[in-house]
Amino acid sequence: MKKQYTIIVYTENNIGLMTRISNVFSRRHVNIESITCSESEVRGVHRFTLVVHVEEEKVIKIVKQIDKQIEVLKAVYHVNDEIVYQEVALYKIPINVFSSGKEIEHIVRAHYARVLAVKGQFVIIEKTGHKEETQELFDALNPYGLIGFVRSGRIAIPKPMESLKDYIKDLESSINQN
Amino acid sequence: MVTGKAKVMKGCDAIVESLLKEGVDTIFGYPGGAIMPVYDSLYDYQDQLKHVLTRHEQGAIHAAQGYARVSKNVGVCLATSGPGATNLITGLADAYIDSTPLVCITGQVASHLLGTDAFQETDVLGVSTPVTKWNFQITKPEEIPGAIAKAFYIAQSGRPGPVLIDITKDAQFGSLNFKYNKCLEIRSYRPVPSVDLEQVKKAAELINNAKRPMVLFGQGVILGDAKKEFKSFIEKAGIPSAWTILGVSSIPNEHPLNVGMLGMHGNYAPNKLTSECDVLIAVGMRFDDRVTGKVSTFAAQAKVIHLEIDPAEIDKIIKADVAVLGDCKSSLSLLTQYVNSATHTNWLNKFKELDTEEYREVQQKELIPDTNKKITMAEVIDALSVKTNGEAIMVTDVGQHQMVAHRYYQYSSWKSNVTSGGLGTMGFALPAALGAKLAQPNREVIAVIGDGGFQMTIQELGTIFQYEIPVKILVLNNEFLGMVRQWQQLFFDKRYASTELVNPDFQTIVKGYHIPAELVDKREDLSDAMDRFINSNSSYFLEVRVGKEDNVFPMVPSGSSVSDIRLK
Repeated sequence: MKKQYTIIVYTENNIGLMTRISNVFSRRHVNIESITCSESEVRGVHRFTLVVHVEEEKVIKIVKQIDKQIEVLKAVYHVNDEIVYQEVALYKIPINVFSSGKEIEHIVRAHYARVLAVKGQFVIIEKTGHKEETQELFDALNPYGLIGFVRSGRIAIPKPMESLKDYIKDLESSINQN
Repeated sequence: MVTGKAKVMKGCDAIVESLLKEGVDTIFGYPGGAIMPVYDSLYDYQDQLKHVLTRHEQGAIHAAQGYARVSKNVGVCLATSGPGATNLITGLADAYIDSTPLVCITGQVASHLLGTDAFQETDVLGVSTPVTKWNFQITKPEEIPGAIAKAFYIAQSGRPGPVLIDITKDAQFGSLNFKYNKCLEIRSYRPVPSVDLEQVKKAAELINNAKRPMVLFGQGVILGDAKKEFKSFIEKAGIPSAWTILGVSSIPNEHPLNVGMLGMHGNYAPNKLTSECDVLIAVGMRFDDRVTGKVSTFAAQAKVIHLEIDPAEIDKIIKADVAVLGDCKSSLSLLTQYVNSATHTNWLNKFKELDTEEYREVQQKELIPDTNKKITMAEVIDALSVKTNGEAIMVTDVGQHQMVAHRYYQYSSWKSNVTSGGLGTMGFALPAALGAKLAQPNREVIAVIGDGGFQMTIQELGTIFQYEIPVKILVLNNEFLGMVRQWQQLFFDKRYASTELVNPDFQTIVKGYHIPAELVDKREDLSDAMDRFINSNSSYFLEVRVGKEDNVFPMVPSGSSVSDIRLK
């Protein structure tokens, strides 16, 4: 059965690694639903968060293939229950919609969104949440002449208390023993 | 770790010095603009580093593969940017799927020109990423020793594979403080998982309770240098053992427990009995589809034990009931301690019965054909096998002759098989054979090639001539792309689309390269010609005209279960 899985990959910071990781998906004709990457809490270690919709058997094989890449420190996958995750979305609205009534203000309040910037002709609204929530706000704002919308990829933190720093320390000490 | 004093030198010299520090004495390559500084350095190092100039970069990389496959060394090749680098891709893909350790060094345009569509600029990292174990671009001279050290470590550790290092021209010209430290570890890379004793015990328990155990072994035995460990294991447990095409020559063919070749054109008994064994022990093999046939029925009745160095291979195709990760040299010796001494005489006899059937239905007709028939490929390989005592290094290309060579050559020596297994690269054998001969000058190296594949890298005759490499070349000429023709006959209504070859006179071509050449068309001439071929001290070309429309049997039709193997 296909399900949504979040894959988290810790890597060294090297040019070309992104291609190696994305090739694992494209070679198997698997679509990446979202991808984000930036430096982790450990300097020089980067963290990829990818979301896919596949069978568990497939995600296991994908994670093994990613883990096999030389500069990948660790690759794991999670179902949604095992992580805390979030996305951010930005909405661009013409300023006159705001000034001509109370509806937009209600919508923003009801969705716990906030106004990020007011610039001459338009207003930028920011909403963090799960995809369904940012989508709901999109649906609510769309009839008012939404002129721009962008949603980030998912970022996620696994619930178990495991520290990346400890993991890397373990890796390095086990190598020294060998 | 020995750390010498730093010495100021140019990047291109540092590349050559790094190769010497890794113990490299032979490299294969082809010069061009972006790699010229390195070639200029090579001029000064001619007495320490032999450079073999092939006639095409594909020839260089296949030669490096052949060199690596029969030695304990990494194959090294050198090419220029752009087309030089892209010509390596087929070899990289071949080495990647067959786990061959290679370090390929390519020149690149100067770093300020990267991404500008400069002359002979290609995104070599991008193009080679899917077919390399690791690749890296050097843009600063000081990166050279570290990157090359890492390349050699990655190429040969764990499951070996090809690595590519792309070096911009300015990094080759620039200078650095050269100091070389061998790479011994990379924190993100675990080349050899440690063997879990609990898994070994579980595997031993399954084996000890098995009535009809069967071993399938692949190249892992050879790559893991586990000759003794493998032999001790199967002998103690008394298990019939069958090989994948890359596993052959791990134990001699005449060993009583060697039950032959698996797969599409493998032997009848091991294919049939894969569906009857109760415990299947896979050692250093990856369940290629040419071995498994239809996966859902493959050994479905058996418990599967998988000894494997690469965790990504576990459960990739066939689910393992017990996975034993690690180097098979370690895992096999542990497993041998825990298995009981056993013999499975009745079970082994089943293999012999089916062998007799295969001999009667297939081999006899191939080896002793009607006298009015053309020479068969099997007769040629059989003669070769007898006259070399099965001791030669056999380098085969891809197609019918490859299957026949593996079916009929009686491999008796360790590490004697070089073939393009996973990728099936036509044109592989001629350059791979010259590389193998340079690595093993004291062994007989024989390239067996079809008339199609021969013409894909025929230019490497020039390399063989120039360096006087005494490699023997046997071409089995049926004037067809035989394997494709066989499929057209069996599965496409004999619609022979573009498989018939109108060939040139190979004798004239080979003689043009000043290599002795001989043509055999009649059965009665074969034996003497084969003697001259084998006894020649120089390279020698023997072309044998074989039956145009002969087929290779047995055969597991694509998508069928291995037990549905056809004898005709």
